[in-house]
Amino acid sequence: MTRVLSSVFSRAVPVFAMLFALTLSGCGYNTIQTTDEQVKSAWAEVLNQYQRRADLVPNLVNVVKAEANFEQETLTQVVEARSKATSIQATPELINDPEAFNKFQQAQGQLTGALSRLLLITENYPNLKANQGFRDLQAQLEGTENRIAVARNRYIQSVQDYNVTVRSFPNNLTAMAMGYAVKPSFTVENEAAISKPPTVDFGTK
Amino acid sequence: MQGFPMVFMRPFIQFCLCSLILFLPLALKAQVPVPALTAQVVDTTGTLNAAQQAELVQKLQAFEAAKGSQIAVLLVQTTKPEEIEQYSLRVAEAWKIGRKKIDDGAILVVALQDRALRIEVGYGLEGALTDITSKRIIEGIIIPQFRQGDVAGGIAAGVDQMMKVIEGEPLPEPAKTPAKSKASAVEEMAPLLFMLAIFLGGGLRKAIGKLPAAMATGGVVFVVAWLFAGTVVIAILAAIAAAVITLFGNTGGMGRLGGLGGGFGGGSGRRGGGFGGGGFGGGGGGFGGGGASGRW
Repeated sequence: MTRVLSSVFSRAVPVFAMLFALTLSGCGYNTIQTTDEQVKSAWAEVLNQYQRRADLVPNLVNVVKAEANFEQETLTQVVEARSKATSIQATPELINDPEAFNKFQQAQGQLTGALSRLLLITENYPNLKANQGFRDLQAQLEGTENRIAVARNRYIQSVQDYNVTVRSFPNNLTAMAMGYAVKPSFTVENEAAISKPPTVDFGTK
Repeated sequence: MQGFPMVFMRPFIQFCLCSLILFLPLALKAQVPVPALTAQVVDTTGTLNAAQQAELVQKLQAFEAAKGSQIAVLLVQTTKPEEIEQYSLRVAEAWKIGRKKIDDGAILVVALQDRALRIEVGYGLEGALTDITSKRIIEGIIIPQFRQGDVAGGIAAGVDQMMKVIEGEPLPEPAKTPAKSKASAVEEMAPLLFMLAIFLGGGLRKAIGKLPAAMATGGVVFVVAWLFAGTVVIAILAAIAAAVITLFGNTGGMGRLGGLGGGFGGGSGRRGGGFGGGGFGGGGGGFGGGGASGRW
């Protein structure tokens, strides 16, 4: 009797193991893992590109500084925005802290705004535009801004996939049990507020 | 409005207005579709004549055969409402020019009406075709000819320079026999087939005896493998392996069976490079927004 029971039991163990594996994947655990990993790698790429831009700024500032009587205020703004953006510890854990995430994205947005103003103003300096070094830097900066845009879009996409996974039933139960929370994303609203172009004053006042 | 009660008029107008508001953004935001990748050069504007296209295609084919990198050229009238940067990234993501994992593709996109062009560079070529180099090719070689109205000449000269730059980049050798293998499907299915063989075979052995069980299991695995792989040879191999497992396997000893699992991967070749027979297709290259744009 006991022999029969134990043999039935030993046969059942792999079956139970498989059932357990199936329920685990059935409740979305694997999907959560996959999308979570995708969010992380997309975020790493965003950080990577922001870092690339931060590395370019000092060179750009130096080249522009060499130009006589260049408008100092714009330059100072760029330098300040850069130091503010780089003072925030850009870690992979930032995506788990919505408040820090917002701060980070605001600081980067300010740098974006300051840089685009700087490049706009350089249009008025023919010497600078003829300078090959400056033009190379400009090409790099344009390329980096484009990469940032791409990386951000891919991050938004991956967070969307992740959040939908974590929020929908029955995955939300798994997510709750395992401690997977909704992740913050870049918002256009925020973006509009921080990269507001300078108001043009035609001297009508 | 005779015979049409005014009572229904207001809801009707409201409905019209609502649908207008709902669908207007869709109509306004309609993006320029990415054309199908039929050859290395896709011209939707009719600017290049057949001879110019053939010459470019031939050059790019030879380059791909020698170096392995893929370059594609796309001419469109406009990319509006999108900027050329957004449009060309969509093209890159759809076409997947360049070899998989090496990501050595580049696309030259020209929007004639917008007077804008862009060189979109795959991850693997960002070291050679840097933003600076791409910008210099655009501003120094292509745009001067475009300004004189010579679109075909500008594109040809630009592509030549792109090839020259990529030539200097050390990349893996091009594959000699670019054949796509359907066996990859079985490769992915192998663990499942293995489980199937063990459980089905184990069960059937008890019920109908060793040899019939082995044949039955082999038959089931054959059908499943055939469905997924589409090739009879691979399906037969999988079926034989399954039959052997059932025949000689010990239901109690799972560990012993593990050694036989390798049989399922047999016959599966390398993952495909993505080239259809004779035609041109992207190899699965990735892009991250590298490159440069210009306006003339």
